[in-house]
Amino acid sequence: MTSAILSTTPATVLSLNTASRRPARRVLPGFNLTLGYTLFYLGLIVLIPLSALLFKTFTLSWDQFWLAVTSPRVLASYRLTFGASFLAALVNVVAGLLLAWVLVRYQFPGKKIIDALVDLPFALPTAVAGISLTALLAGNGWIGQYLEPHGIQLAFNRNGVVIALIFIGLPFVVRTVQPVLEDAEKELEEAATCLGASRFQTFRYVIFPTIAPALLTGFAMAFARAIGEYGSVIFIAGNMPMVSEITPLIIIGKLEQYDYAGATAVATVMLAISFVLLLVINALQSWQRSRSGGKS
Amino acid sequence: MSAPTLGRAEAGTSEPAWVRRILIGLALGFVFLFLLLPLAAVFTEALRKGLPAALEALHEPDAWSAIRLTLITAAVAVPLNLVFGVAAAWAVAKYEFRGKAFLTTLIDLPFSVSPVVAGLIYVLMFGAQGWLGPWLAAHDIKIVFAVPGIILATIFVTFPFIARELIPLMQAQGTDEEQAAIVLGASGWQTFWFVTLPNIRWGLIYGVILCNARAMGEFGAVSVVSGHIRGETNTLPLHVEILYNEYQSVAAFAVASLLTLLALLTLLIKSVVEWQFERDQKAAASLPPERPSADALPTARTAG
Repeated sequence: MTSAILSTTPATVLSLNTASRRPARRVLPGFNLTLGYTLFYLGLIVLIPLSALLFKTFTLSWDQFWLAVTSPRVLASYRLTFGASFLAALVNVVAGLLLAWVLVRYQFPGKKIIDALVDLPFALPTAVAGISLTALLAGNGWIGQYLEPHGIQLAFNRNGVVIALIFIGLPFVVRTVQPVLEDAEKELEEAATCLGASRFQTFRYVIFPTIAPALLTGFAMAFARAIGEYGSVIFIAGNMPMVSEITPLIIIGKLEQYDYAGATAVATVMLAISFVLLLVINALQSWQRSRSGGKS
Repeated sequence: MSAPTLGRAEAGTSEPAWVRRILIGLALGFVFLFLLLPLAAVFTEALRKGLPAALEALHEPDAWSAIRLTLITAAVAVPLNLVFGVAAAWAVAKYEFRGKAFLTTLIDLPFSVSPVVAGLIYVLMFGAQGWLGPWLAAHDIKIVFAVPGIILATIFVTFPFIARELIPLMQAQGTDEEQAAIVLGASGWQTFWFVTLPNIRWGLIYGVILCNARAMGEFGAVSVVSGHIRGETNTLPLHVEILYNEYQSVAAFAVASLLTLLALLTLLIKSVVEWQFERDQKAAASLPPERPSADALPTARTAG
């Protein structure tokens, strides 16, 4: 290193120095301040507490950990949480596509109100959603009273879990598909029609491929949200062990029995799953961006 | 374009009227079942025994302390996340550095962590058996099962809201205007106040509104760290749960309708902000591309 510099002429040393200093100078001030504060706050609020969870997990022996995360009651809760979240996200894809389509393509009275109302599940506290859906679907509720005589029960069982999760995940698909539909080029559809495609063929082969990445992203977001959801589900689920008990409730139950090790183990499994889902969503979003030609 | 050609082009890119009507009908039916009915149910259940009974539930001392705690929590959590959001967006959007994509993923992380797990990590940090538990106990500081824990958990779940709105917005706007201001001699703060802030104001309000709604309505994370001490560590959503589990249905739904009104207000402000933002964008797009204000001024002067 030193010998290399000594062997060069003074002029090149000078130019090397300025060249290496130039990129470090940024025109806009505040890089160190803002990035420093961002990292500090991120560490304090998110990273250090999350590492507390991991360190606590490492204090468990492997057998302890495995026993806690694979007990029959916990396994049953995984099946319910994943199954219900998957079903709810599927319903969200169909309903979300329908809503986004109608809101972008058609004119009808009250459209702006419906558009604003789609975000209600984001704005409404989950506990309120939970008790409200329960009141509707219970045997004496507005909807429940018509279904109960026919032997259909939607509250206090697995059906309730799925319905609460449909409500919670509704905005995701609508809000990911809507902008893509708005940007979609009508010329392509016109060309397809001119070439003799039926309206259904145009949708199947022209429109659907354009919005497929957005649909998939919305599905993944709704699914990820549904897996962690707690507030709206516990009121409507009935919370019977082995039957209608979701995984977040298992964690709460273990905490209430001061089983910190067990709660930590199950929480680590959930954290790992949500991290994987986050990476999947990020990958889907960059795929969507590359599909739509650099547009966000 | 004449009317008939327009009609034919429309026919190629739209569905027959009956298909349109069925699709709109299905969409409205879904919105009615899943959004409007739950909304109506909250208010109907609250007013089941009349307005006085509903108002009485809000006058209770426990309800008042829950309202106070909810307001305090939001008043601390939202400004802290606002400062973070602006700083993070500035760092991510205005500069290039290594690990940027990883940093934005980490900022998003609290969104995908289950609220229950979010509460648990603070119990593991500050609880009696946690990392700092013994030290905190020795100094007589209570964080978990007390107000600080509730605020921390709320900050965690609302962490990405404002940063997430601002990062794409500031990235789209680029750095040209800020660089011009700096070159013309403005200080960093002046540039931020007079150039950046007016550009991002709608995104900022949007993020703050959503952050506030979630901060006031958070249930899962707060439920884990609260300890459910009535009149002390109960936020509004937790108060709803307690009343509901005690079969005080009217009182529970009365408090819930307060939160529902907050949600509706949030949606209203959010929509207004979106319309304003769109109007600003359209106005900016309709300006002539080069030096719009310099061209506009002389004509205005001659007209006056």
